[in-house]
Amino acid sequence: MSDDALIVLENVNKWFGPLHVLDDVNLSVARGEVVVVIGPSGSGKSTLCRAINRLEPINSGTITFDGVPLPAEGRALARLRSEVGMVFQSFNLFAHKTILQNVMIGPVKVRKEKSVEVHDRAMALLERVGIANQADKYPAQLSGGQQQRVAIARALAMQPKAMLFDEPTSALDPEMVGEVLDVMTSLAREGMTMVVVTHEMGFARHAAKRVVFMADGQLVEEAPPAEFFASPKSDRAKDFLSKILTH
Amino acid sequence: MDVFSDPTNRDVYVTGFLWILKLTAASSVFALVIGTALAAMRVSPVPVLRAFGTAWVNIFRNTPLTLIIFFCYFGLYSTLGFTASDNLELNNYWLGVIGLSVYTAAFVCEAIRSGINTVPAGQAEAARAIGMTFRQTLTMIVLPQAGRAVIAPLGSIFIALSKNATIVGTIGLAESSNAMKDLINSNGNAVFQIFFVFAGTFAVVLIPTGYGFGWLANRLAVKR
Repeated sequence: MSDDALIVLENVNKWFGPLHVLDDVNLSVARGEVVVVIGPSGSGKSTLCRAINRLEPINSGTITFDGVPLPAEGRALARLRSEVGMVFQSFNLFAHKTILQNVMIGPVKVRKEKSVEVHDRAMALLERVGIANQADKYPAQLSGGQQQRVAIARALAMQPKAMLFDEPTSALDPEMVGEVLDVMTSLAREGMTMVVVTHEMGFARHAAKRVVFMADGQLVEEAPPAEFFASPKSDRAKDFLSKILTH
Repeated sequence: MDVFSDPTNRDVYVTGFLWILKLTAASSVFALVIGTALAAMRVSPVPVLRAFGTAWVNIFRNTPLTLIIFFCYFGLYSTLGFTASDNLELNNYWLGVIGLSVYTAAFVCEAIRSGINTVPAGQAEAARAIGMTFRQTLTMIVLPQAGRAVIAPLGSIFIALSKNATIVGTIGLAESSNAMKDLINSNGNAVFQIFFVFAGTFAVVLIPTGYGFGWLANRLAVKR
C-alpha cells in the first residue's frame, strides 16, 4: 500500500446472516484515483461502497480513510462521513427541503459555516451541475437526472476528500443517464478521488483509472479499463462481459 | 323556560368550556413535547431510553384515563402532598393537565413513531452520509417529515383530548361536564335543551377543527 493511499480496505469480511457478502476484500484507492467497481447483481459491490463510510458495518478486517481507521458509531464517525461524499442510487434528497437547502444544510449544520458564504458556494455548485435555476424548487418537482445532479452538488458542498457513488444512474430513465455521467466525468478529470459502483461500461472505459470486478463477495480482478475490457483474465469476468457487451 | 337566558347559568356554561379550552391547550402542548421526546427515545440506539419509552406507552396507553386523573388527585395530591397551586381550583386544573398530558403523550408518541416509519430509510442514510449526528438526523430530517405525515392522526388525538378533558370534572373542576350536571340538577325540566347545547358546543368547535387538521395535513404533506 502506497503512501498516497486514501482509502484502504484490508481483509474485509461481512456476512448478511449466512450470506458472505464481502469475502476477504483488499482494496487500496490512491488520492485522485477513480476506481469503478463492476460485477453482477448481488456480488457485494454496493456493500463495499457503503462500507467505506460505515453506512454498512463490517464483521472483520480494517478500513482506513486518510490514514485513520474508521471510528465506531458516534461523533468521530460523523466527522469522517462529512469528508466522504456519497451519492445514492435513489438520490435521497431531503424531501422537505428545497434544492438550495439540500445543498446548504451540510456545511451550515454539520460544519457550522456561515450561511452567507455557503449560499454562494452552493449556488456555484448548482450552476456547475446545471440546476441553479431550480434552486427554490422541492426535490419532487425535479426529474431523476436533475435530482441526482443535486445530490452530487450536495455531496460536493462538504468539500469531501473522496466521493462514493452507489449505482448513481441505475434508477434513471435512459435519456437522463448522460447528464449525470457528464458531471461525474468532469469531477474525475479534476482529480477527485472516486469509487463508483456502476453498470455504465462506457463510463468505466473512459473515466476509470482502474476497474475492479467483483463476484460473490470476492474481488476477482482489477486492471486498467482498456486491459480489463480487452482481455479479462478470470472466467467470471469473461462470462460477465460476454453477457453485457453482446447486446 | 330558557335555561341559558339566565346570566348565572350562562356563566356556568361559559366557565365550563373555558376550563375545557385551557385544559386542552396546556395538555396538548405538554403531550406534544413529551410524546415527541418519547418517540425519539423509542427509535434511539440507547436501550435504556427505548425501554423507558416503551414502558411509558404501555403503562399510560392501557390505563383508563379516569384512573390516571384519580391517581393525580388522590395519589399525587392527597397522599404525596404534591401541590401545583394554593388555589384549590387551579390546583385541580394542574393535576388534570398532568394526567391528561402523560396519558395523551403515549398516543402522540405512537402516532409520531408511525410517522417516522413513513420516512424512507434513505433520508436518514443521506443525513448520516453528510456527517449529521443521530440527533441532527432525527431533529432536522426525520422528525420534520414524520410530523407532517401524522398531522391528521395528531388532530384526532387532540380532538379526543379535548373531550377527555371532561374527566377532570371528576376531581372537582367546574369544567363543562360538571357545569352540565349542575345545570341539569337545577333545571330538571330542560334536560334535553341543556344536553344538546353542551354536545352542540363540542361539535361546533371540533368539526371545523377536524377539517382544519385535514387541510393542514394536505398543505404540509411532503411530496415524494
